[in-house]
Amino acid sequence: MWTFLHKLASPPHFYRLAGSLIPWFAGGGLVLIAYGTFAGLFVAPADYQQGDAFRIIYVHVPAAYLSLLAYMVMAVAAAIGLIWRMKLAHAVAAASAPLGAWFTFLALATGSIWGRPMWGSWWEWGDPRLTSELVLLFLYFGYMALRGAIDDVGRADRASAVLALVGAVNVPIIHFSVEWWSSLHQGPTLIRAGGPAIEPAMLYPLLAMIFGFSLLYAALLLHRLRSEVLIRERRTRWVRELVLAGGSPAGPETA
Amino acid sequence: MDMLSMGGYGGYVWTSYGLTLIVVLACFLQSRRRHSRLREELRARFLATEGATEGIGEKAE
Repeated sequence: MWTFLHKLASPPHFYRLAGSLIPWFAGGGLVLIAYGTFAGLFVAPADYQQGDAFRIIYVHVPAAYLSLLAYMVMAVAAAIGLIWRMKLAHAVAAASAPLGAWFTFLALATGSIWGRPMWGSWWEWGDPRLTSELVLLFLYFGYMALRGAIDDVGRADRASAVLALVGAVNVPIIHFSVEWWSSLHQGPTLIRAGGPAIEPAMLYPLLAMIFGFSLLYAALLLHRLRSEVLIRERRTRWVRELVLAGGSPAGPETA
Repeated sequence: MDMLSMGGYGGYVWTSYGLTLIVVLACFLQSRRRHSRLREELRARFLATEGATEGIGEKAE
């Protein structure tokens, strides 16, 4: 176990392992998303109130879920990086931010498209769910801008980690916003007291989409992590050898 | 045709799914381009300093 952990923490080993895991995560994610998309669009029955417009749920909810998951990954990794001074943890936080920003944008955009026919409006200023999700987008932007403004990677890691942690208060606010305040947004469907309030034929494609998008996020995160590892390890011999050879890394363990 | 019209909500539904596809593709392409650019940059830098560090091993940037 310790040998395994030690090897995992070794950057060349991690770089190689991440590279070999990416196709599995991406492939599994795409299979689930293919099923979820097909079943969500053509198999699940239309909603008795919203008709076929409810099918937007199959892209909106996974996007919103990942916008929060990516932030939690970022905040937890930032905390680990600050407390234990772990470079790889900071790399995880830095890799998660742009992905989270994309998913937040997607959640806002698909929510807006869904809101037009259902609420009669693209956007409602002052709605707690919409506003807190928009704040999330700005937190991601702020995090990335802060990183971009600091040249030294180590300083950028620490400064941006503090911002990520402060912004984490927004995550529970987003989740509970529809319960704490009156919102146009509907209440929770899956994570609620009494279990999911949705029919199985509608639920399974949704679960497949959430899980599929999570796997895709994991693949993209590993992909970006490899870049972050290269940046932090750019002065080492293994990166030099890897980049000059143009192949896979020949770390001490892999020789 | 019924499937395309989505009970009159076709425009909203298909736009949402199309946008999702575009964002996922953008995520993937952005990550890939960043990685290959980084490797090219590092490679150019290493090649430029290769003679100077030959036999020394570690180099100070």
